[in-house]
Amino acid sequence: MTTGPGQRSYAGATEPLLSVEGLTIDLPGGARQLGLVEDVTFEVRKGQAVALIGESGCGKSLTSMAILGLLPSAVRVSAGSIYFEGVDLLTCGPRQLRRIRGGPVGMVFQEPMSSLNPTMTVGDQIAEVRRLHLGERRSVALKQAGQLLSRVGIPNAERRLRSYPHEMSGGMQQRVMIAAAIACDPKLLIADEPTTALDVTIQAEILELLRDLRRDLDLAVLLVTHDLGVVADFCDDVVVMYAGHVAERTSIDRLFYDPQHPYSGALLASVPQADRARTSLTVIPGRVPSAGQFPEGCRFEPRCGHSVEHLCRRPQADAVIGDDRHTRCGRVASGDLILKGAVRG
Amino acid sequence: MTTATRSARPRHVLRSILRRPSSATAFGFIVVLLFFAIAGPLIYPHDPEVQDLGNRFADASWTHLLGTDEFGRDVASRIIQASRIAVIAPLISVGVALLIGLPLGLWAGLRGGVVDSVAGRLADTVLSLPALVGALAIVAVLGPGLVNAMIAIGIIFSPGLFRVVRGATMSVAEETFVGSAVAIGSPTRRTLWVHILPNIAAPLLVQVTILMGVALLVEASLSFIGLGVQPPDASWGSMLKAAYTNQFHSPFSVVPPGIAMVLTVLAFNTIGDSIRDAVGLRRRT
Amino acid sequence: MSPGSAHSSFHVRWTEVAVSAGMVIRRLGGGLLVLWLVSILTFLLVQLIPGDPAEVIAGENATVAEVARIRAELGLDKPVLERYFEWFSGVIQGDLGNSLFTNRSVADTIIEAAPPTVVITLASIMIAVVLGVTVGVFAGLTQGSWVDRTVSTFATLGIAMPSFWLAMVLVSVFALANPWLPATGYVDFSEGFWEWSSYVILPATALGVATAAELARHTRGCVADVLTRPYVRTARARGASGTWLVRRHIVRNAAIPVVTVLGLQAGRLLGGVIVVEAVFGISGLGSLAINAVLQRNYPMIQGYVLFSAVIVVAINLIVDLAYGWINPKVRTA
Repeated sequence: MTTGPGQRSYAGATEPLLSVEGLTIDLPGGARQLGLVEDVTFEVRKGQAVALIGESGCGKSLTSMAILGLLPSAVRVSAGSIYFEGVDLLTCGPRQLRRIRGGPVGMVFQEPMSSLNPTMTVGDQIAEVRRLHLGERRSVALKQAGQLLSRVGIPNAERRLRSYPHEMSGGMQQRVMIAAAIACDPKLLIADEPTTALDVTIQAEILELLRDLRRDLDLAVLLVTHDLGVVADFCDDVVVMYAGHVAERTSIDRLFYDPQHPYSGALLASVPQADRARTSLTVIPGRVPSAGQFPEGCRFEPRCGHSVEHLCRRPQADAVIGDDRHTRCGRVASGDLILKGAVRG
Repeated sequence: MTTATRSARPRHVLRSILRRPSSATAFGFIVVLLFFAIAGPLIYPHDPEVQDLGNRFADASWTHLLGTDEFGRDVASRIIQASRIAVIAPLISVGVALLIGLPLGLWAGLRGGVVDSVAGRLADTVLSLPALVGALAIVAVLGPGLVNAMIAIGIIFSPGLFRVVRGATMSVAEETFVGSAVAIGSPTRRTLWVHILPNIAAPLLVQVTILMGVALLVEASLSFIGLGVQPPDASWGSMLKAAYTNQFHSPFSVVPPGIAMVLTVLAFNTIGDSIRDAVGLRRRT
Repeated sequence: MSPGSAHSSFHVRWTEVAVSAGMVIRRLGGGLLVLWLVSILTFLLVQLIPGDPAEVIAGENATVAEVARIRAELGLDKPVLERYFEWFSGVIQGDLGNSLFTNRSVADTIIEAAPPTVVITLASIMIAVVLGVTVGVFAGLTQGSWVDRTVSTFATLGIAMPSFWLAMVLVSVFALANPWLPATGYVDFSEGFWEWSSYVILPATALGVATAAELARHTRGCVADVLTRPYVRTARARGASGTWLVRRHIVRNAAIPVVTVLGLQAGRLLGGVIVVEAVFGISGLGSLAINAVLQRNYPMIQGYVLFSAVIVVAINLIVDLAYGWINPKVRTA
C-alpha cells in the first residue's frame, strides 16, 4: 500500500498497534511554555495490555488523552507522533480522527458518573457509537446495545437500556462506558483510571471484565493507573512515568523483580506488603515537582537515594538496556548503578 | 446558592472594580452622573426651564447640543437636570426595599421560626406579581407622584431582597465562627452586626446595584404612563413621554433620554457584575 | 428535541408518573395558597387608601350623591371580613365584581381586552427564544471569537434597554422614517395573516429583545460550561462531533436553565407589555390597567392584579414541570 505523509508501513514483522514517539505536551501562553509531558515513547502491540503508571500529576492522563486528540483546549502537543496502525493521529485530518474514535480505538474514563450524559438513556449512549460509525438505525443499534450490556455483565439488559446514568451504581456506570467503548469491536481500548473512583470490590470486578474482554475480543488495552496492585495481574508491559518523563519501560515481571530505575524501585518498595507487617511504611521523601518546577537534569534526582550530583544533574536520555527494556537513569544505563531486585511475590 | 468566597472588604472591592476597564468606565460614568445631579445648576448650558416657543423642536446645533423640546427648552440641560431624579429615585426605592427586606432577611436567616415562615409566604405572594403590576396597584392606593411611585417600587423589590439576604445570612450562619460567637453568648443583634452583615455585604451589594438599574427602568415606565414624575418635574422617563407625544414632529427627540437611561442602567449592571466576579460569586446556572 | 426516553413513550414508567403527579399536586397546592394570599392583599388595597376611599375615588369635584354611590358600590359600610368573603366567594365562581364606572363585569372586560396582550406576549416569547437561544448557542460554541464578543455586547445592551424606548425607536425607523409597518393599532387575526402580523411584529420585538438578551447570556454560559463537562469529552471519544454533538449532548443539557430563565422573565414580560401597548396605542390589558389606576377603578384593579397573579403562578408551574421533564434527575428525586 502506498504511504502518504503521516503514515508508515512496516516491512513484515509484527507492527505495533499503537506507537507513541517523542510525545511532548505543553501549556502555551505566558512568558514561557510550561512543559507537561516530554519525549514520551512507548508501544502497544496487538492483543497486548500495557500499563501507564505513575503518581498523580505525572502526565499519564494527558498522554492517554492525546492519543485520541481529547486534550483540553489550553494544552497542546508540541512535538512527537502517535501512530495507530501506521497513521499519525496527530496529523491526520479531523474526519479520520473521528472515524478512529469509538471505532478501532475505544476509550473509557475515570469518573463514570460525570463522564456519562445525564440526560440521555444508557441505551442511547451505547447505541450512539454504532449509529455514528456503522450507520445503523436506532432500533438496530439499541438491540446491539442490549447485547453489549449483557456482555459487560449487567443483568436485565433490556430494561436497563432505558435507565439514566444516575439510576445506576458506579460499577454499573463504568460497565456502560466499557460497553460503549467496545460497541464497534475496537482493536485498542484506552482506559484512563477506570477503577480509581470505585470501591475495591467493584474494582476487581471491572478488571475481571476487562480481562475477559481482552481474551474474547483479542483486545489490546492501554491501562492508565496509579495503582500497582491493579497492574500486577492484568498487564504485560509497564511504562512508568514520573514528572512528565518516562522513567522506565519494561515487562511487568521484570519490573517487579528487577526494576531498572530508582523511582520504580522506590514505588515498588512503598507498596504495603501484607507479609511485612509491623514495619514502618517506606515513603519516598520529598514531593513530585509540578510543571514549571521540573529540575534541569533527572527529574527524580532531588528525591533519589542514589543520586550522584555531577552525573544526575544533567538531562537524562532514554536508553535501551536490554530486550525491550528502556530506562531514563543514566547511571543504571551505563552500569554505574546496580539496583537490587525489589519485591518478591 | 452562592456564597462569598473571597474577601469583601470595601477597599478590596473598589480596587477590583477599578482594575477592569469595563467596570472602571461604568464607575466613572456613575461618578459623572452624581456630579451632574449635585452640581447640575452650575453647569447647565441653558436654564432647563426657560421656554422659547419660537424655537421649538430645533435640531442639534452648537448652541443647543441636543436640540430643543416641544417648549423650546434646551434638551441637553433638561437631561442634566433629570439626572438628579435618575439618582434620587433609585435610591428611594432601594432604600425602602432595604428598610423592609434587610432586617427581615437577617432575622429569618439567622433565627428562622415564625418570622421566616410568615415573611417567606408574604415574599412569595408579592413575588408572584409582575413588578410593574404590583407597582401599579400600590400607586393606585397611594396616588401618582414620584415619591409614591418609588415607594411602591421599593415595596415590590423588598421580597427579592429579603430572599437574597436570607439566603446569604443562612450560608454565613453555617460558618463555624458564627457558631462560636453564639456559643460564647453573643447577643443576636451583635452577632448580626459584627459577624453576619460584613460577610453578606458582597451579595447584598451586587443585588443593590442591579436593583438600582431596574428601579430606574420601572420609574421610567411609570413616568411614561403618567403615574410617576408629574410635570413640571422632569425625569428621563417623563421626557420620553413627551418625546412620544411629539414623535411626528421630532422623531429624534426619543433618542437622548433613552440613551442616558440605557447608559446608566448599563453602568449599574456592569458594576454589579464586576463586584460579583471580584468576590467570586459565580452564578452557577 | 426528544428526550432519551422517547423510545419508551409506549412503555409508561409508573413510579415516575406517581412521583411526578405528587410533585404537580404539591406545586399546585403551593400556587393556590399564594393566589389566596394575593387575593387577600389585593382586597386590602382598598383598605389602605389614606382617607376615605369613596371620596378619593370620586375625586375632588364629586357630589355627595356620587360619593355615596361609590361607597355603596364598594360596600364600604359593611365590616371588612364580610366584604372579603362576599368578594372572595364571587371570585371563586369567576365573578370579579363590576367596574365602578361602566357597571360591566370586570371578568368580562378583562377577557375582552386580553387577546392583543396575549398574542403580543406569546409572540415576544417566541422571538426571544428563537433569537436568544440560537445566538447564545453560537456564542457559547465559539467562545472568545468575535461572534461571542459581539453577542455578549449586544446582550448586555439589550438587558439595559427599556422595552418601551426600543419600541419608540423601532417605530421611528420602521414606521415613521420608512412607512413599512403601522405605528399604532392592532387588528384581529381574522383580518388576514400578513395584516395581523404587521401589527404584531414591532411590539413583540420591542418586548422580546430584553428577554432574548437574558436568554442569550444564560445559554452562552450554559453551553460554554457544558463544553467543559467530562461527558462531552466521552461523546467525542465515541466519534461524535459537529451538529450531532451539539444537538444530542449540548443543547439538551444547556436547555435546563433556559427554561428557568423564561419563568423568571414572565413577570417582566407581563409588566413590560403594559407600557409597550401604550406606545403602540393597543387596547389590550395594558391600557385597561392604566386607565383603571388613573380612574381609581378599584374592582378593576383588583381583578387585574388577581388575573396577573394567576398567569404568573401558572407559568411558574409549567416551568417547574418542564424542568422536571427535561432534567431526568429531578423526576425521581
